[in-house]
Amino acid sequence: MSAVSAEAVSGGQTRAPGPARPVEGAPLAPAPRLLPALAAVYRAQLSRARVARIPLLFVATFQSVGIMVLMRGVVDGGEAARAVVAGSSVLVVAFVALNLLAQYFGQLRAGGGLDHYATLPVPPAAVVLGAAGAYASFTVPGTAVTAVTGSVLFGLPMAHLWVLAAVVPLAGAALAGLGAAIGLLAPRQELATLGGQLGMSAALLLGVLPAGHLPQPVAWARDLLPSTYGVEALAHSYDAHPDWLRVVADLGVCAAVGVVSLAVATWAYRRAAVR
Amino acid sequence: MCTVRGLVKTYPAARGRRGTPAAPPVRATDGIDLEVRRGEIFGLLGPNGAGKTTLVRQLTGLLRPDAGSVQLLGHDLVRHPERAARLVGYLGQQSTALDELTVALAAETTGRLRGLPLAAARAERDAVLDELGLAPLADRPLKKLSGGQRRLACFAAALVGERPLLVLDEPTTGMDPVARRAVWAAVDRRRAEHGTTVLLVTHNVIEAETVLDRVAVLERGRIIACDTPAGLKRLVGDEVRVDLVWRDGPPLDVPEVAALRAAAHETGRRWSLRLDPERARAAVAAVTGGPAFAALDDFTLTTPSLEDVYLALGGADRGLVKG
Repeated sequence: MSAVSAEAVSGGQTRAPGPARPVEGAPLAPAPRLLPALAAVYRAQLSRARVARIPLLFVATFQSVGIMVLMRGVVDGGEAARAVVAGSSVLVVAFVALNLLAQYFGQLRAGGGLDHYATLPVPPAAVVLGAAGAYASFTVPGTAVTAVTGSVLFGLPMAHLWVLAAVVPLAGAALAGLGAAIGLLAPRQELATLGGQLGMSAALLLGVLPAGHLPQPVAWARDLLPSTYGVEALAHSYDAHPDWLRVVADLGVCAAVGVVSLAVATWAYRRAAVR
Repeated sequence: MCTVRGLVKTYPAARGRRGTPAAPPVRATDGIDLEVRRGEIFGLLGPNGAGKTTLVRQLTGLLRPDAGSVQLLGHDLVRHPERAARLVGYLGQQSTALDELTVALAAETTGRLRGLPLAAARAERDAVLDELGLAPLADRPLKKLSGGQRRLACFAAALVGERPLLVLDEPTTGMDPVARRAVWAAVDRRRAEHGTTVLLVTHNVIEAETVLDRVAVLERGRIIACDTPAGLKRLVGDEVRVDLVWRDGPPLDVPEVAALRAAAHETGRRWSLRLDPERARAAVAAVTGGPAFAALDDFTLTTPSLEDVYLALGGADRGLVKG
């Protein structure tokens, strides 16, 4: 007869925070798994749009549509028009996912709100991915409205606008990851706000202006900004015969930045939650 | 069930800015020993800045102590701070994370993040909201509620997903008496049904006297006394507290009043005295009869409270709420 309990045997196979792991002392309450916890955080964050509808859903759209109306007087068609529409659409993502999320995490950290999550057995990745996912989702209506309005305004073909279905989540992941990392790493709330604002301003200036006319150093800065690749992917889709390989490559950059920045943000959350 | 030994946490010195001197390092908890028993409501009483919140943050794994040990139900929380979240239900002072959620969603989400499956989280959410009388507010965002209601909603969230230890940091701040009663009834029920232990941070002496089984008095990061409220009161003996309020000023020309002045703690028109019953009777007789009575606006005679204990133990005379 074996002296090893069934629990101890199965304990080796369950994942670390699982309830069956044998530990001395009183039994620990089960910790939620990543996906259910992520779903719960995502749903809760998404519901905040009901309370904070105007900043989360409308301001960015008004800003982008305003910029396009302004540029309509300067630009009439061609490559410049594509750059303006694509840049303005992705700007919605930058405003919400980068700027507002950086502000949110900065505020949460300064106001002691992280304690709430830190005293729950929730995996850090669930908090970061849930919030980032929700903020990326907030950009969907604004980006779609901006892209369609811009296409009508500048007379661009809408046949390939479905590319937005890939641009929004991937650029959203990249920019929300950056926003979360900035918000959680900034030593003070004001610096988190400033970081988010600067990131958004960069996305505005470098994304909306056509790349061909930029001086070389600014063009390099443009290449460093992850939102650029979302803008490029969208701009290419306006071609009569889009170079899909380039579109996929651009989106791949967004995805890679998203993975890295979300990993950094998760690390930053862990660091910020327990001092 | 919870044993704390030699807990020390020092906040580093704040760098001085131009024109202001640097603040010295602060020992927020300075060698704290504590023993909380299963099923009791244990209180931490002290003025603001005494180190109460720093202490509970170390017990909940939010803050790493510089030295010392925390054992909770057989788990070493200094070595494994992440286990605290699976043993402790915590109600902090801030509601930032929940402010923009509805009361129902705040409770449900917190339950899910405590590891409850969806159906169980919803069932517990409904039960807790009913228990605390929050059901009519279930669909309102916390942001739109009054301070006391918001606090109650956060308390509800802290209860969803049962834990053997509840750490409540000033849970009843801003609540009306109905909400307070709901909180203490909910705590009592959990204690009776599940043997739940409660660690309560408060600076409200009345609350401390009525709900606590035992209380530790904190002052500048140290525990200066720890006993039952009645036991602590015995420390100040049978001294009685006499409060005198003068109409304009004390009639110092009356010799009995002039003699009392040495023992009085004066705040404006109010004199506070701690006297043995014999002298208290004599003092009251002196001020209520004779010429001093004309100058007297009001007087009260009370048996010792935890506040008197706190003062008698050498606590600084500020920061405790009496109401």
